[in-house]
Amino acid sequence: MHIAAVKKIIDECENTKTILFDWNIEAKPGQFVMVWLPDVDEVPMSLSHLSGTKGITVEKVGEATAAIHKLKPGDKIGIRGPFGNGFSKAGSSGDSRSSNKILAIGGGTGIAPLAPTVEKWAAEGCEITCAIGGNTKSKLLFSERLKNTGSSVHVATDDGSDGHNGFVTEVAEKLLSEQKFDRIITCGPEPMTVIMVQLASRFEVPIQCSLERYMKCGFGICGSCSIGGFRVCKDGPVFDGRLLSSLAEF
Amino acid sequence: MPSSRTEIAGIEMQNPTILASGILGQTGESILRVFKEGGAGCAVTKSIGIEPRDGHGNPCALELDNSLINAMGLPNPGIDAFGDEIKIALKSGKPVIGSIFASTPEDFATLAGKMEDFGAHAVELNLSCPHAEKYGLEVGTDPGRVGDILAAVKSKVKIPVFSKISAMVPDIRGLAKTIEASGGDGIVAINTLKAMKIEPEIGKPVLRNVYGGLSGPAIKPVGVMCVFEISREVKIPVIGVGGITTGADAIEYFMAGASAIQIGSGVHYRGIDVFKKVNAEIIKFMEAHGYDDLSQLIGMARGV
Repeated sequence: MHIAAVKKIIDECENTKTILFDWNIEAKPGQFVMVWLPDVDEVPMSLSHLSGTKGITVEKVGEATAAIHKLKPGDKIGIRGPFGNGFSKAGSSGDSRSSNKILAIGGGTGIAPLAPTVEKWAAEGCEITCAIGGNTKSKLLFSERLKNTGSSVHVATDDGSDGHNGFVTEVAEKLLSEQKFDRIITCGPEPMTVIMVQLASRFEVPIQCSLERYMKCGFGICGSCSIGGFRVCKDGPVFDGRLLSSLAEF
Repeated sequence: MPSSRTEIAGIEMQNPTILASGILGQTGESILRVFKEGGAGCAVTKSIGIEPRDGHGNPCALELDNSLINAMGLPNPGIDAFGDEIKIALKSGKPVIGSIFASTPEDFATLAGKMEDFGAHAVELNLSCPHAEKYGLEVGTDPGRVGDILAAVKSKVKIPVFSKISAMVPDIRGLAKTIEASGGDGIVAINTLKAMKIEPEIGKPVLRNVYGGLSGPAIKPVGVMCVFEISREVKIPVIGVGGITTGADAIEYFMAGASAIQIGSGVHYRGIDVFKKVNAEIIKFMEAHGYDDLSQLIGMARGV
């Protein structure tokens, strides 16, 4: 376990903060860490910042996330990881297409692991189109950060306060019908991911989906996050859409 | 090619590697994967109790130097919800052992009866989990109590009954003799060792439950010693478990007297196919040393 002192706290959008801390370790986009808040809990969080300074971006939804929101610079937290496979530009086995034109679809705090992925891949020369969704304009995460990568960014809000009035999957469907993409990456609420897997299948584009499950060990032995025999913490959290379609639990 | 087939209390195994209880054994699909992709010869389910149980809060598992420490706290869906999982696991055609925990002989007997009804090939009594109050090690230290539990379970089921015991008992040979005398069909040794981790930078224990169980390569010499002592004392088969990640580790356990071995944390160290790897290494060792059959190795180091 790495003990890190909180370096900086950023208010990202309504009810959502980023906690930055120094941790000199290699982490891949889409990987996650287990964050220990002494006396409170330990929870899985995607890394939203991957350079020398690492970060997690957290919406306050319960006891553990409320404790994260109360952190101040200098406070110590325990970090285990990085865990999981992360997004892969090369794709999973049996899918060796190189992907230069990428569609990134994110909903809510699911945008947290997508942002560093888009940053890294855009810097490596990929042409990336992002579509992100949230309840309302004040809750949209990382829209400026994504625009700064040079990617085109489309927005959807449930209440129409910004961009498309409706679901981000509707924006995705329009983009997929207008343009040809090599790959889709997605992270967000599971109903959104389910629709994205269906769209990817219909438009015949490979899709990688980052899933969220309650986790205990984080390194693949306890089985508490298993879905159809696959461990979200170890075999995932990023899964190929075709595998997910074959699982009854998805 | 030498054969690593083995048999314990009438249960035939194509290879002597068994998935240890507590690792990936909570769903039938996970167990199927351990057979298909992992290559295990047999699997033990997660320990199942009468009622559903969430287990301890996080943090409940940590990686330390050469070992893991966990305090899962026996999370399980309860016996009545577990029949479907056993049925899925049995699609493998391989033997499945149902692990059960309780604090009374009556509850152990009830659980064993249900496991038998679900189709489990044997039951393994958890008499050794070191981090769950009122269960595991707390019922498995006193030979009198263990004898009562075995008597109740044996009168309830016809399938073999294995007792998984701890190294942390005052008299492991006495306990083994009691298990044999009470009709036990085999002894599984050892479970994790009660342990804890304090984080110096924070000044507190890391595990939410404070206490956990130590597993992984660090505990192997303790397991080998226990199997050696137990198998010198009793004639019933012994299943060795504790820190096995390689074929050489397994060979030590066979030579100490184990008829089969279980692997748990090894899944972390070498992947789900650790069973396949360990079995291949066992066969390679047998080949290199001129053994045809695993039985030639079992108990070799005991001298007698």
